[in-house]
Amino acid sequence: MTKVADLKTFATKIRIETIKEIAGIGVGHIGGALSICDLLAVLYGGVMNIDPKNPCDENRDWLIVSKGHSGPALYATLALKGYFPMDTLKTLNKPDTILPSHCDRHAPGVDMTTGSLGQGASLAMGIALGNKLSGRNNYTYLLLGDGECNEGQVWEAAMFANNKKLDNVIAFVDDNKQQLDGFTKDISNMGDIAAKFSAFGWNSQSIDGHDVEAILNAIKSAKENEGVPSVIVLNTIKAKGYKKWEGSPGNHNFNITMEDALQFEKDILANE
Amino acid sequence: MIKLANNIDKEPIEMRKVYTATLIELAKENENIVALDADLMSAIAMGDFAKTYPDRFINCGIQEANMMGVAAGMSATGKVPFAHTFAPFATRRAYDQLFLSAGYAELNVKVVGSDPGITAQLNGGTHMPFEDVGLMRLIPNAVVVEPTDNTVLKFVLKEAAKTYGLFYIRLSRKNSTKVYEEGSSFTIGKANTIREGNDVTIIAYGIMVKEALLAANILKEQGIEVRVLDMFTIKPIDKDAVIKAAKETGAIVTTENHNIIGGLGEAVAAVLAENAPIPMERVGVNDVFGKVGTQDYLAKEFNLTADEIVQKVKKVLERK
Ligand SMILES: Cc1ncc(C[n+]2csc(CCOP(=O)(O)OP(=O)(O)O)c2C)c(N)n1
Repeated sequence: MTKVADLKTFATKIRIETIKEIAGIGVGHIGGALSICDLLAVLYGGVMNIDPKNPCDENRDWLIVSKGHSGPALYATLALKGYFPMDTLKTLNKPDTILPSHCDRHAPGVDMTTGSLGQGASLAMGIALGNKLSGRNNYTYLLLGDGECNEGQVWEAAMFANNKKLDNVIAFVDDNKQQLDGFTKDISNMGDIAAKFSAFGWNSQSIDGHDVEAILNAIKSAKENEGVPSVIVLNTIKAKGYKKWEGSPGNHNFNITMEDALQFEKDILANE
Repeated sequence: MIKLANNIDKEPIEMRKVYTATLIELAKENENIVALDADLMSAIAMGDFAKTYPDRFINCGIQEANMMGVAAGMSATGKVPFAHTFAPFATRRAYDQLFLSAGYAELNVKVVGSDPGITAQLNGGTHMPFEDVGLMRLIPNAVVVEPTDNTVLKFVLKEAAKTYGLFYIRLSRKNSTKVYEEGSSFTIGKANTIREGNDVTIIAYGIMVKEALLAANILKEQGIEVRVLDMFTIKPIDKDAVIKAAKETGAIVTTENHNIIGGLGEAVAAVLAENAPIPMERVGVNDVFGKVGTQDYLAKEFNLTADEIVQKVKKVLERK
């Protein structure tokens, strides 16, 4: 399923299911979930070596969603891939769910528990190093937020990855220009994130994070590098696909009804 | 002197609004007061402070450890920093910075950790601290408080602003139960006796004060007269009040929105063991991690309810 048109359709499906899932509980981290759907579509739509029937296969590729509050988007993707029934999405944040707001590795297909920003970066390096030591040829994908990159831990992990030559790591930064309290440039300006990673010895690229073809190509190019970790900075829009919230203040976490969700579905399908 | 509210009712104003308004007032009186945040200023409603004192509000971005270090450094220059983020990140995530840069270096940092325990609700287990009080109690000389309602909150903020040293202020952001009338006066390190009784004592703080009062009502109908202490200062613990309660009521139940390990229950147990050994029981989270849900659901899941307190009171009375 690596045809570009199919990936676009998959991304739209992920957006729709994510919004319905969050509407089921009425509130959630919508902005940062919608900005990563194109990446999730590319990764789970053909790039990652995975088997939904065997989510713990030791040779699989891993994805660490370090911006753990985007759990609902990952969960929707995994359900669409058949890791668990679509109905499970309706349990988001409800009593005894396996799907809490923040990514939880107890759910099938979720490779790591995250939610305290920054920690997924180190976890990813540990996974990549462990797999390398075990002689596996799999990749560890890491997804960071641009706000999350405020955390020193991200840069400790970046330094470590280069020192240990973790070329089996491909990191993405969802550079949607916003964090919780506002625009990243106003809160803690990250400047040129790709250049920062380059300075830490990484192979860096910066692309349109909503262009599935560009993401595919960037991953292909990242895999050609030996001896150094790679990062792909995704220039994205927070709440992408939800027109009235795209890039606007207050789109980090907001209320949503099932009616809103159905309207969202209609609108996004009309815009296809 | 404390004046109790007539009914056990919801505070009409969210605690975060009172937090911000009080800090603005204090900042007016003391130009050294500054506020820091780690990308959660909107969660704690600090917009008004930032507008009033743009130079004295520092949003550090998502970097809790750095924020606590910066706060400690600023305090060395005479500033009085109030540094806020969610409680797990304010404590666990920046613990060595708090322990050494603020505590050991004897600097003047006020840490505000919001969404304690089950009040973290839909943010789930990663954001649900049942250990922050324990961690902060382990820093020598730190003052650890959880304001019960808006009246206590205002008092605590004023006290923290004028008292040198490390404070940990554990703060519900939104709802609280109004326990005290305006004009009540409090003392850091002194428990408030909010109900008299001589059969048994319930010692509580934070959201569990309301449950303790509800439990006392239920028990009264069964002929059991309960003393209730609001131990809003968990450290230094009010030893005198604990010993007095032990001697006069002969049995104690503690209750807290926190792990029973490391919190109020252990602090009270230590006072009792060394001074007045009597039967006691603890109501709190039983050494498990937090999880996602609404506050009502979580209260039932973790047995943080008046019913549970009633059960434990009966148990402790059997042992008396
Ligand atoms: C250590 C830590 N501090 C604070 C938070 C609260 N928080 C959750 S999301 C968020 C903003 C994240 O911004 P960004 O990484 O840019 O994510 P996005 O904008 O894509 O949602 C904050 C501060 C957290 N989860 N972890």
